[in-house]
Amino acid sequence: MIKLEHVDKKYEAGVQALKDLSLHIKQGEFVFIVGDSGSGKSTLIKLLLKELSPTGGKIIVNGRDLAGVSHRHIPEYRRKVGVVFQDFRLLQDRNVYDNVAFAMRVVEAGTKEIKKRVPYVLSLVGLAAKYKAFPKQLSGGEQQRVAIARALVNRPKIILADEPTGNLDGNNAWEIMKLLDEINKRGTTVVVVTHNMEIVRAMNKRVITIRKGTVVSDEEGF
Amino acid sequence: MRPSSIFYNLRQGLLNIWRNKMFSLASIATMTACIFLFGVFYSLGANFSSMLRDVEEGVAVTVYFDENLTQDEIDAIGAAIESRPEVSSYKYVSADEALETFMSENNLYDDLAESFKQDNPLANSANYEIYLADVSMQDALVNFLYEQDGVREVHHSEDVARTLTDFNRLIAFISVIIIVILVAVAVFLISNTVTVGISVRKTEIAIMKYIGAKDSFVRAPFIVEGITIGLIGSIIPLLLMYFLYGSIINYVAQHFAALEGMLHFIPLGEIFRVLLPVSLIMGVGIGFLGSRITLIRHLKV
Repeated sequence: MIKLEHVDKKYEAGVQALKDLSLHIKQGEFVFIVGDSGSGKSTLIKLLLKELSPTGGKIIVNGRDLAGVSHRHIPEYRRKVGVVFQDFRLLQDRNVYDNVAFAMRVVEAGTKEIKKRVPYVLSLVGLAAKYKAFPKQLSGGEQQRVAIARALVNRPKIILADEPTGNLDGNNAWEIMKLLDEINKRGTTVVVVTHNMEIVRAMNKRVITIRKGTVVSDEEGF
Repeated sequence: MRPSSIFYNLRQGLLNIWRNKMFSLASIATMTACIFLFGVFYSLGANFSSMLRDVEEGVAVTVYFDENLTQDEIDAIGAAIESRPEVSSYKYVSADEALETFMSENNLYDDLAESFKQDNPLANSANYEIYLADVSMQDALVNFLYEQDGVREVHHSEDVARTLTDFNRLIAFISVIIIVILVAVAVFLISNTVTVGISVRKTEIAIMKYIGAKDSFVRAPFIVEGITIGLIGSIIPLLLMYFLYGSIINYVAQHFAALEGMLHFIPLGEIFRVLLPVSLIMGVGIGFLGSRITLIRHLKV
């Protein structure tokens, strides 16, 4: 599903963010990627989103070598990869329903499909009753649920979550992790980048540790 | 793009205008001023050209023949004149008709005139009076006439032709310069409005790109925004022109009373046959151009 072979990423300023990084995540897996600040986690996410290109090595996602994905075909690729951010990135001027529907509109889904799919996904993340609420009226945990619903609504094969619990308290963080676990159990591959070791330990999943741009450990059931 | 996506982008484009009310208003106002001035210049120019044509019709070139030319030879010159594209019409004036005109213009209906009839002093004044379709072509015609066999003399007024042509050119030149400046200002303002729109929607654009929106989908609302501003900015001046044209004509007629008699204005319908499509195309074109330039510069999708 996700395969990185000897990937290097050196920025123009000369900073070596990733060095000979190799990893393999199979379809349906739930994987944590952990590491300190500056370890290369964010660069890895950007490479997987095709926001950046590696300076060496090969990245294969959903069977496609990303080097062969042209600028024109990036949107099509990204539709298969849902992304969740630490700061939620919700549209403040739109309610919960419209934030999720937005993701379907921008990939040009039909109105009927949107009307059918959005309430279903909102019920999956436990926000069906709050579909009219605006982001400011929601707690941090609820906002992150909206962001997860938005990432999920276009049926991606992979969910990439970049520090999804970074802005949340213990209880909310735990709820979000349980939700991601639930999504994973329904067949979606989930990759969570975090430095919240407490949660990582509690979840008991595969953990890949990166340090200075290289994989230093890869353990099942941390 | 699906119809629902088209409607979505139309709505987003209109919302952009609403969200940046002040910038949008400034752009629409400049656009309105630009196209209104274009309309005024076009109307003035079209009317002036039409009046010039009236004047041009009165400007004649007169061709005199060598003595003892046969009627066939005179007819041959007539045929040569007829073949010229710059000639609007021409007529043969015989020596007797020339004398008649001379006498009536000088009130010579007395004994002297009577004696002239016996011995026409203008016996050599049979001529062709040629009226031009375009005064600026007068020189070419005069040169051509001198090359014809049997032509003794060609009378023409260089000054009238030159003044009319120069004045026409001056009006066109000033109009073009003013319109080019206004178009540049309008493009700049629309571009600024769209830039503000892009910065306001930065987060939204970033999310759209992460979700997998196509470039065209990300850009569409901004193009809609630019085109709508251009369209509104061309409809307002067209409405203004529609209602003000009569007043402008009256104003010109009153302030240039010296030209009375020459002032035959073109009807509104005829002006709008050109002004309406050209203004709409200009508005939409400037709007499209302003937003497109900005998207290339500020929106790397």
